[in-house]
Amino acid sequence: MKQVTISANPISTARALEPLEHLGGGAIASFTGIARADSGVVALELEHYPGMTEQNLNALADEAMARWSLLGCVVIHRVGKIAVGQQVVVVATAAAHRAEALDACAFLIDRLKTDAAFWKKEHRSDGSALWVEAKGTDDARAEKWRD
Amino acid sequence: MRFVYFARVREAVGMDSEERAVPAEVRTVQDCIAWLESCDARYAAAFAEPARLRFALDQQMVAADTALAGHEELAIFPPVTGG
Repeated sequence: MKQVTISANPISTARALEPLEHLGGGAIASFTGIARADSGVVALELEHYPGMTEQNLNALADEAMARWSLLGCVVIHRVGKIAVGQQVVVVATAAAHRAEALDACAFLIDRLKTDAAFWKKEHRSDGSALWVEAKGTDDARAEKWRD
Repeated sequence: MRFVYFARVREAVGMDSEERAVPAEVRTVQDCIAWLESCDARYAAAFAEPARLRFALDQQMVAADTALAGHEELAIFPPVTGG
């Protein structure tokens, strides 16, 4: 079972987990990314490349399914304006045992950060807005999974 | 060829997409960047830091030395920052 969704509306970890709960596995792992209130940030704005972004996410989900023999995999990413405190991304995995579910979940979020066509802008309380720069630490985390 | 721009690049160029006839001598993605820069100062500003540019041809990520031949859409954007 694989589900990849890009949503312009609010997303929810609880709803994302539902389809994974009855696949017969013994383990579900998930990661939820939340818009953080860094120094004056009031909202994030997420842009994507329609078509390519879906392909990127599907490729990552397919790789995770095969590499960890998952029973299920859900990737949901919000786009558009996202208020601080709201969910930006949910990745969740179901497997027979916890090790596969946890590793696949970490793989999905680490590689999503560097491989999926999304761009993030921070809107601040003073009205200014700034594109977020890609981080070398994210590249290093994603690189760990390439072997 | 259809050009699409995202994020900081889109804002610097001032549009999200455009159609342009590419001269025959423009063979690679890199050639294309240099050609666009010569067309208008907005492109020169948008593409000022080559290390902060990424490219996709027909929605597949490619390196700057990739040939344009056989492709319809070139996307130019900064390194991705989702999640």
